[in-house]
Amino acid sequence: MATIVSAILIVIGALFMFVAALGVLRMPDLFLRMSATTKAATLGVGFILLAAAVYFNDFGTTTRALATIIFLLITAPVAAHMIGRAAYFNGVPLWEGTLVDELQGRYDERTHILESAEESPGSKTEPQTSR
Amino acid sequence: MSLAEFGTTIILPFLSLAIVMAFIRLMRGPSLPDRVVALDLITTLGIGVIGVYAIATNQPVLLDVAVVLALTAFLGAVAFAYYMERRV
Repeated sequence: MATIVSAILIVIGALFMFVAALGVLRMPDLFLRMSATTKAATLGVGFILLAAAVYFNDFGTTTRALATIIFLLITAPVAAHMIGRAAYFNGVPLWEGTLVDELQGRYDERTHILESAEESPGSKTEPQTSR
Repeated sequence: MSLAEFGTTIILPFLSLAIVMAFIRLMRGPSLPDRVVALDLITTLGIGVIGVYAIATNQPVLLDVAVVLALTAFLGAVAFAYYMERRV
């Protein structure tokens, strides 16, 4: 029983990780690639470690697997946010199909401090052109 | 078919193909952040490979390596992000 559940979890995890690698190869833009790797790869690793926890069925192993899953779920968004922020400052080009760049002109180029929007929060903002 | 055979004959080649695709992006990536993202993905795929290998060889000790690899991947990504932001 545990073997069958573990096999199903492994297959789901491997599929998600394969989709993440496909996304990083085929997506047109750095930020779209990052959205593929950060979400799909983290979910895939979570499934595979969960499969290990189910398969070994041992207190120490389960604790280690769950600790790794929680650590990955905490650190993956932090690392992705830092890489994306640094890439935006570096001027990495956006995809030509991008409709809205909400950060455009809001960052101080020298001090890297984010300014808030000028318009009132209730008003609807019209879509801007890509930079 | 036991789970060990299933892991070594189907899942590990599948994950190896994923690592090859991430490596192509690492070689081609037009900018430095693309390469950093690809390297981060390769490390994450390595954690998955270690998990599958621990199940296939029935060695739960290998999961310790996965913990250390996750820690190192996070530190590496943060260090690269600092470097890219200082470089501007």
